[in-house]
Amino acid sequence: MVSTNSHVPAPGTGGPRLVDIRDLRVQFAASRPGGTPLRAVDGVSLQLQRGEVLALIGESGSGKSVTLRTLLRLHPEARTQVSGQVQVAGQDVLALRGRALADFRGRVAAMVFQEPLLALDPVYTVGAQITEAIRRHTRVSAAAAHAQALALFEQVRIPSPERRLAAYPHELSGGMRQRVMIALALSCQPQLLLADEPTTALDATVQMQVLLLLRELQRALGLGVLFVTHDLGAAVEVADRIAVMYAGRIVESGSARQLIHSPRHPYTRALLASRAHAGVAAGGRLPSIAGSPPDLAALPAGCAFAPRCPLASARCTAESPADQPLAPGHTARCHHTDATLQPLATG
Amino acid sequence: MTTFPNADIGGPAQPLLTVRALTKHYPIAGGLPGRGGAVVRAVDGVDFTVRKGETLGVVGESGCGKSTTARLLMQLIAPTAGELVFDGRTVGSRDLPLKAFRRQVQMVFQDSYASLNPRLTIEDAIAFGPTVHGVSRQDALGRAHDLLARVGLAPARFAGRYPHELSGGQRQRVNIARALALQPRLLILDEAVSALDKSVEAQVLNLLQDLKDEFGLTYVFISHDLQVVRHLCDRVMVMYLGQVVELGATAALFAQPRHPYTRALLASMPSLDPDHRTTAPPLAGDPPNPIDPPAGCRFHPRCALAAPVCSQRAPLPVMGQAAHGVACLAHEAGSGHPQAVPPPHSLASARRTGPVSTW
Repeated sequence: MVSTNSHVPAPGTGGPRLVDIRDLRVQFAASRPGGTPLRAVDGVSLQLQRGEVLALIGESGSGKSVTLRTLLRLHPEARTQVSGQVQVAGQDVLALRGRALADFRGRVAAMVFQEPLLALDPVYTVGAQITEAIRRHTRVSAAAAHAQALALFEQVRIPSPERRLAAYPHELSGGMRQRVMIALALSCQPQLLLADEPTTALDATVQMQVLLLLRELQRALGLGVLFVTHDLGAAVEVADRIAVMYAGRIVESGSARQLIHSPRHPYTRALLASRAHAGVAAGGRLPSIAGSPPDLAALPAGCAFAPRCPLASARCTAESPADQPLAPGHTARCHHTDATLQPLATG
Repeated sequence: MTTFPNADIGGPAQPLLTVRALTKHYPIAGGLPGRGGAVVRAVDGVDFTVRKGETLGVVGESGCGKSTTARLLMQLIAPTAGELVFDGRTVGSRDLPLKAFRRQVQMVFQDSYASLNPRLTIEDAIAFGPTVHGVSRQDALGRAHDLLARVGLAPARFAGRYPHELSGGQRQRVNIARALALQPRLLILDEAVSALDKSVEAQVLNLLQDLKDEFGLTYVFISHDLQVVRHLCDRVMVMYLGQVVELGATAALFAQPRHPYTRALLASMPSLDPDHRTTAPPLAGDPPNPIDPPAGCRFHPRCALAAPVCSQRAPLPVMGQAAHGVACLAHEAGSGHPQAVPPPHSLASARRTGPVSTW
C-alpha cells in the first residue's frame, strides 16, 4: 500500500493491521422456505491500517453495508451464514460471544448509522445515552461521564453543548443529530470507526460540514475508518483508499487518486462516466450502463458485471476473474484490464 | 385512439404556468389558523413562471419548501394564498376547472414504490387515469402498452406484472409512463431520480430528455442534486426557507451565482478531485426553523455578507427583476447594504440569454 498522506503509517510500522478481512462470505436465508439464499457478500478480502480511511462504494445491493455490519456482528444469527476470517485489532470477531462481543462493540469498533433518528433512542435524552455508553465500558462516576459527554459535544462542535445534552433526539436538527451520533460512537475511544452512509440523509451544506468533521476527528484521534457510501464525491472528500463493490465482490480497489484518475474496471469507469458533471454538455446524452444490477439469489457463473459490460467476452461469462495487480496498491477483478488503459475522456 | 384537446392557447411567448404569491402555512397543533396561532411557513410568497418547453430546476435544502411547492402546483394540497395561471387561464376558475388542469399537469414522485398501487398490474395503473377521464378501457390499455414500449419496458413481458416484481429503475419508468398517459403539457418531477442508483439514474435522465423532445413537454425538475440540475435544466430557481432567493439561466447561475446562499450551495458540491479536497465548510449551522423565520432577510444569520440592514428589512423578491434575479440586499441598489451597487442594470443585463419580457 503506497500512500502519500503523512498521517498513514507506512506498512509494517503500524504493528498488526487494524482490520483484516479474508474471503468473507455472507449468505442470508431465503425469505420463503425452499427459496434460494441470497449471496450478499461473495468473497471479500480487505485490509485497513491504523489511521487510514477506506471508502467502500457501490450501489444498493452491492454488499457494502453487509460487509460493514459483519464487523460488528449486527446480522440476525439465525438467518445469516457467515464464513471467512474477520480480525479487528487482533480479535477474531466471528468467534466473539456474549460479554466479549458487547465489550468489543463500542470499545474497539463503533458505528455511525445513516439515519440517526432511528439509531438514537427516542425516550432518553442524548446526554443519557452517551453517559450510559461511557459507564458501560469504563468505571467512572456519573458526574465524570457527564463531563466526558460534554467534552465530546464540544469536540464535534455542537453549539451550547450543556443545553443539548438534555435534549431528546427529536428536538435536534438532522445535522445536529448526526454530530450526536458521532459523539456517541467516539465516546469509548474506539480504534475503528464504521460509518454507514453517514451523510446521505443530510442536506448538501450540512453534508460537507459533517464530512469535514469526520476527516478532522479521524486525523486528530488517529482512527481507522471504514466509510460506506454510494456517493463517489463524498468518498473522495474523506478517503485515502477506495474499494468499489459490485454484486458482493470488491471489483476494484486503490488509492482515491488511482481510482479517480485511472479507473481500470469497466464498472468503475462506467460509474465515473455516467455522472452528470461539468464535462458533459448540458442537455447532452449521458453515457449509461445498460441493464440493472444482478439478482443476488441467481448470480451468473462468471463475472457478475459481464451481462452489462461493453468488454465482455466468452471467458467473462465462464470464469470468474481474479484480482489483477495493476500498480502498487491498485487491483481490479477483470479479464480485460489491458483494454482499459486509456484515461477516461470525461474523467 | 382518443386524444385530449391540448391546444396551445397563448402562443409560445405566454408562460405555460405563472405562479403568484403562492403561500402555504400549516397550523401547528394547539394553534388555530387565523387567530394568531403558530404556523409553519412552508411556502411563503413564491412567484415564478414556467416557460413553454423549458426545464425549470428547483433546488434547495430540505425544509426550503420545494416539495410543498410541487404539491401546490399539482393542487394536491390547497394553498393558503396565491394564484396559479395555466396558459393564460386561472386554475380553478370557470375557464379552467381543476379536473381539466390536472389532466394537463402530471407528477412523478421520489418513491417509485409508494406511488404505485400494489394491487394493480402496471398496465392497469397506467390505464387508470385515462379511464377516469373518459377513455374506453380498450383504448386506455392500448395506450398503456405503447407507453410501456416507449419507456423501454417490453409490454409483452411487463404489462401484467405488479410493482413489487420490478426494480426501482423499472418502477420509475412505469411512473413516468403513467404520468404521460394523460398527454400532459407540464410534468413535475419531484426528486424523480434521487432514489435510483447512479448507473440507472443516467438511463432515466436520458429517457426524460427524449420524451420531452418527442411529446413537446415542459418540466419542473425538483432535485437536491446540483450536478443533475446543471445537466438537465434551462433555468434554475433556488429556494431558502419557503422563499425564492435566486432565479436565472442555468449556465449563468452556475458560472456566477449571485446570492450568498447559492454560492454556498454550489461550494458544497464535492470536488471529486483527491488533490483538491474541500477544506472549509461553505456554510455554518443548519437551516433555521420555518415556524419562526429570522426577521429581515431569512438567510442573514448564516450569511457571510450580513450587514445590520439585513436583519431589519427583507430584500425585494426575485420576480420582476431582470433575467438573473436575486433576492439579496447586497445586490439591491440603495438598500443600505455596504456592498450594494448603485446602478442595478449593469449586472443583470450582461448575462441575458432568453426572452426576458415574460415575467
